[in-house]
Amino acid sequence: MHVSKHIVSVIQNIGHRVIESVWRLGVGSRFFLLVLLKSGTSLRRFNLVIRELYFTGVLSLIIIVVSGLFVGMVLGLQGYETLQKYGSESAVGTLVALSLVRELGPVVAALLFASRAGSAITAEIGLMKATEQLAAMGLMAVDPVARVVAPRFWAGVISMPLLAAIFSVMGVLGGYLVTVVFIGVDQGTYWSQMQSAVDFRFDILNGFIKSCFFGVAIAAIAVFEGYDAPPTAEGVSGATTRTVVTSSLAILGLDFILTAFMFRGVS
Amino acid sequence: MSSENLIEINDLNFSYSTRAILKGIHMTMPRGKVISIMGGSGSGKTTLLRLISGEIRPSAGYVKFSGDVVHELSRDKLFKLRRKMGMLFQFGALFTDLSVFDNVAFQMREHTDLPESMIRDLVLMKLDAVGLRGAHHLMPNELSGGMARRVALARSIALDPSLIMYDEPFTGLDPISLSVIGNLIRRLTDTLGMTSIVVTHDVQKSLKIVDYVYFIADGVIAAEGTPKEVMESTAPFVHQFIHGEEDGPVPFHYSGQSYRQDLDLGDARV
Ligand SMILES: Nc1ncnc2c1ncn2[C@@H]1O[C@H](COP(=O)(O)OP(=O)(O)OP(=O)(O)O)[C@@H](O)[C@H]1O
Ligand SMILES: [Mg+2]
Repeated sequence: MHVSKHIVSVIQNIGHRVIESVWRLGVGSRFFLLVLLKSGTSLRRFNLVIRELYFTGVLSLIIIVVSGLFVGMVLGLQGYETLQKYGSESAVGTLVALSLVRELGPVVAALLFASRAGSAITAEIGLMKATEQLAAMGLMAVDPVARVVAPRFWAGVISMPLLAAIFSVMGVLGGYLVTVVFIGVDQGTYWSQMQSAVDFRFDILNGFIKSCFFGVAIAAIAVFEGYDAPPTAEGVSGATTRTVVTSSLAILGLDFILTAFMFRGVS
Repeated sequence: MSSENLIEINDLNFSYSTRAILKGIHMTMPRGKVISIMGGSGSGKTTLLRLISGEIRPSAGYVKFSGDVVHELSRDKLFKLRRKMGMLFQFGALFTDLSVFDNVAFQMREHTDLPESMIRDLVLMKLDAVGLRGAHHLMPNELSGGMARRVALARSIALDPSLIMYDEPFTGLDPISLSVIGNLIRRLTDTLGMTSIVVTHDVQKSLKIVDYVYFIADGVIAAEGTPKEVMESTAPFVHQFIHGEEDGPVPFHYSGQSYRQDLDLGDARV
């Protein structure tokens, strides 16, 4: 009797959470469409977007550059260790480049971008809401979605692929540093193997497409969570956390789906 | 009638979820006058301003702004109407990512095609009126609370609106700025023909500059009149408010369950 009651309440709880999430997804998607509809101002006055590009893109550069370099160095080390056992250490350049361009570049850069820039966008919009700045703007007959939200969204969308590309380049350089400069793999081999193995259409273009999807996902989640945050200190901090968690999950989920589509039957 | 009244409020009702905040407010606000709204904390003064600006919708009744019912306007018309309104928020609400100058220039840049040189002159003029011309290059986080309020005031008069709503313009100001702001409100009304609504607790200061006073209590207009009438009023409510007495018809406590119940002393067991 008691146990069955308990089970019912657990099931109710799960059901409640599922409905809540689906509902939220719906509200979020509607907001996403609204942002797209109101992007006219951002396109007409592109300097609004450029200003945000500085905050989201340029200020994320350091973490992207440093992380890219280190990920490439680790890849070079690990790859060399393993490949050497089979006597094919000359393929280390290929390994580094393909791992980065196809997967690690877009995915790791996106995860970093979500925690560095996504959280900042959410916190900023959330605080603007909490301190009545968005309401004040509305009262001045300026639409906050068009003037505040859309430029931040587009800045996120534009920054992401560029940052992912920079991440991959830095990774390739990091791999070069470790394998060629420190370990002594032949420099010509490193580059030429890479050049012949990396395909523009299948590897670089697909990686670029991935990072574009990630950019849209992160930017959309970040602006929505900020705009939707309860106008209190806890509300904003909760929203910031949700941005990082939700967009990280979205990145990993999207990555699986996109990979399944792109590399289906290639190899 | 409606040509001389900028705002007419008729039987206005509003509730947050189930809590009725306003229960049938009637007001008229003639052009070119300073009207004061007074009432205890939480009595719904800010809510009333948000209804006038169309930010929230009444559950019954209406607000008319020069003949148009505010909550029936389309979004575009509402935005057009809001260009004629200025609002000074209780906590300033300056844009934290813009400098003082850019805050005041914001609406001029969004809504007009004025050349930058003219915007510069206008902004400095508005800032001069609130005594902060020298602070134009500061960011909002470099201002004190009172300075931020004065900048917000300069921003709300940027486009010379026909109505300005001031939510608690006097709190946190030193006596000198308080006089300056009080006189500024009066002067803007007299020289530019603006209509002003001043929400305030500062009875003594505001009675000197306003033309008419409404007292809100329990969601209705508890009393109204010119400052002279109000000063001479013998109504217990008005008397308590003006003289700041603790005991009287205005309750100090937010209504809820009784103190006994909250402390769990009651006989009702749970
Ligand atoms: N967003 C909201 N949701 C629910 N209730 C609210 C909300 N905003 C205000 N209230 C309630 O409405 C009532 C009136 O609030 P309002 O801000 O209009 O008061 P006020 O007269 O401006 O008070 P004060 O002088 O302290 O600024 C308060 O009791 C408050 O609890
Ligand atoms: Mg208030």
